[in-house]
Amino acid sequence: MAGQLKEVRNRIKSVQSTQQITKAMKMVSAAKLRRAQDAIVQMRPYAKKLQELLSNIVSNSEGEVGMKLAEERPVEKVLIILMTSDRGLAGAFNTNLIKLAKSTINTQYASQLRKGNVTIWGVGKKGYEHFAKSGYQADATFKDLFLNLSFENVQKISLAAMKAFEEKQFDVVEIVYSQFRNAAIQRFEVERFLPIPKVAKKEGDKKADFIFDPSKEELVAELMPKILNTQLYKAALDTHASEHGARMTAMDKASENANEMLRSLKISYNRARQAAITTELTEIVSGAAALQG
Amino acid sequence: MNLEILTPEKKLYSGEVYGVQMPGISGSLGVLDKHAPLVSALTAGRIKVLKDKNNHFVYFDIQGGFVEVLNNRVTILAEGAKSVEND
Repeated sequence: MAGQLKEVRNRIKSVQSTQQITKAMKMVSAAKLRRAQDAIVQMRPYAKKLQELLSNIVSNSEGEVGMKLAEERPVEKVLIILMTSDRGLAGAFNTNLIKLAKSTINTQYASQLRKGNVTIWGVGKKGYEHFAKSGYQADATFKDLFLNLSFENVQKISLAAMKAFEEKQFDVVEIVYSQFRNAAIQRFEVERFLPIPKVAKKEGDKKADFIFDPSKEELVAELMPKILNTQLYKAALDTHASEHGARMTAMDKASENANEMLRSLKISYNRARQAAITTELTEIVSGAAALQG
Repeated sequence: MNLEILTPEKKLYSGEVYGVQMPGISGSLGVLDKHAPLVSALTAGRIKVLKDKNNHFVYFDIQGGFVEVLNNRVTILAEGAKSVEND
């Protein structure tokens, strides 16, 4: 009896300390989430102005504006930039991203995969490790982005992707990432990175007679990489915020489950305690009765 | 005129200014009040913001970027921008 009592007491203690950890992790994620959200908000004016600039130029020029980065080629070699988190314990977050990347490869790029022409750049440890282990061509160059998430570091990735695209190492580049909706909701997305869609001119949105320096074509050529940098940066920030959102939700659930467990453990603890007392009493009473007898 | 300096990471500067000098791709470029609409690329260099006519300057170093002037509003989109302490 006393043995069972001790066992239950130990279980309670261990659940309690686990709960303490999950609660702490939830708080940490909440704080990090706020910072990650701030970064997204801070970036928005820049991204918006960049788009505006492009549409200003396009609406001031004749016809379509295209360039090397918009070149559509027959798809032979594919690059997937997969963004995941560095750490687990975020519910199904990483699993879902990996699953999405896999299904994209297996449906859209099955023939390229058979020829061994699908490369994966894993951003974030979890996704990279998974694909490296299961025999895909996974490149570790950019694995550690989330250790130091800054625009400059993201830029390195997008510049490398653009260079590889221009040198025809890849014919299409896709980003798999998680779009941040709110703390509880993430949307897992596949987004086309390269080639970029041609920007068509919209009628009647000519704003002013701008002086362009250098020429419009050169400006567009300068602008496009910046827009791509920003797109990838946004994807990275979104994934980062989603990770913390997902972890927060997962840890909240875990703390709740721990509470539930503690409740039922307490009941069995009390029951065992009661049984022990009853046995002891019976022993005393029957002992006394035997003495009197 | 109104000046805004934006970077991907944050808004670096915003406010009324007298003028601004920046490193245009084809030479240094100054913008004063009521400048004509302009879009230009910038190279690496230093932006000098003239807060008023009395030699109150603020400096920023940038790696590159763009500037748009429209309706007396100047927007600089800069990369790798850092504010420089006044000498």
